[in-house]
Amino acid sequence: MDPSLTLNPLLLVSGLLFAIGLTGVLARRNLLIIFMCLELMLAAGNLTLVAFSRFHLVDGAPAYDAHVFVFFVITVAAAEVAVGLAIIIALFRSKKSTDVTEVTTMKY
Amino acid sequence: MTFLFYFFSALVLFGGLGVVFAKNPVSAAFSMVISFLGMAALFIQLDAFLIGVLQVLVYAGAIMVLFLFIIMLLDVEEVEKRKLSLPTVIRAGGVGAALVVLISTVLMRGGTAGQALPKLVASPEKSDVLRIGELLFGTYWLPIQIIAVLLLTATVGVVVLSKRELK
Repeated sequence: MDPSLTLNPLLLVSGLLFAIGLTGVLARRNLLIIFMCLELMLAAGNLTLVAFSRFHLVDGAPAYDAHVFVFFVITVAAAEVAVGLAIIIALFRSKKSTDVTEVTTMKY
Repeated sequence: MTFLFYFFSALVLFGGLGVVFAKNPVSAAFSMVISFLGMAALFIQLDAFLIGVLQVLVYAGAIMVLFLFIIMLLDVEEVEKRKLSLPTVIRAGGVGAALVVLISTVLMRGGTAGQALPKLVASPEKSDVLRIGELLFGTYWLPIQIIAVLLLTATVGVVVLSKRELK
C-alpha cells in the first residue's frame, strides 16, 4: 500500500460527501432523491470508520471491530431502504406524487 | 497509488454531486452507483477487502437495483417536475457549506494531519474475511442475532406495507 497516503484527505473526502448528502436532503423535494442522499451520508460515515480502522493498528492488523460495525451499518441500511421504499410506494398510491411538499397532513 | 486515491475520491464526490443536482431520479441513481463504486475502490485501497466487496454487492448491486425498480414502478413521467424554491436551496447550501467549513477547520488544527499510513505486519494467512467472521460470530454474536431479527422484521413490514388494502 501507499505510505504517502495520510488520514486527513480521507476524512476530508468523507466529510465532503456527508455535506453533499446533507445539502441534498435539505434542498431536494423528491422523496426518492432525499432517500438516496441519506444513503450517501451513511456511506460517508462508513468511509470514516474504515479509514480510522486502517490507521489504528491492533497487533499489526487494522482494527477489525470497525469493519464489523460497517457490516452492521450496511445491513441496517439495506433494511431501511426496503421499508422506506415500501412507505414511498404506499405514499405514492394515496398522493400520486413523491414530492415532500405534498405531504403536509401532519404539519398543523 | 496517491493518484488512484485522488481519482477514486473525485469519482465519489462527483457521483455525490450528481445525485444532488440530477433532474431525473434515474440519473441520480446511476450517479450514486458511480459514487458507490468509487467508494468500494477506496475501501479496497484501505485493505478493507470484504467491506469493498460488500459495498459493490449490497449497495451498488442490490440497493440501487431496488431504487431503480421503484423508480420504474412509480412511473417518473407522471411525477410533475416542479422547480426548486430558491430560498430552500440557498438555506440548504448554507448548511452544507457551514459543515464543510467546520470539518476542514477541525482537520486543519487536529492531530491527525500528518499521520502516515501504518504498515501492516499481520500474518498474511489470516484474511480479513476470516478475522471479521471470527469477530462476528465470537465477540459480536448478540448484535448479529439482533440484526437477523431486524431483517426479518423489515421483510414482514415491507410485505404488510405493500399490501393494497390495510385493515
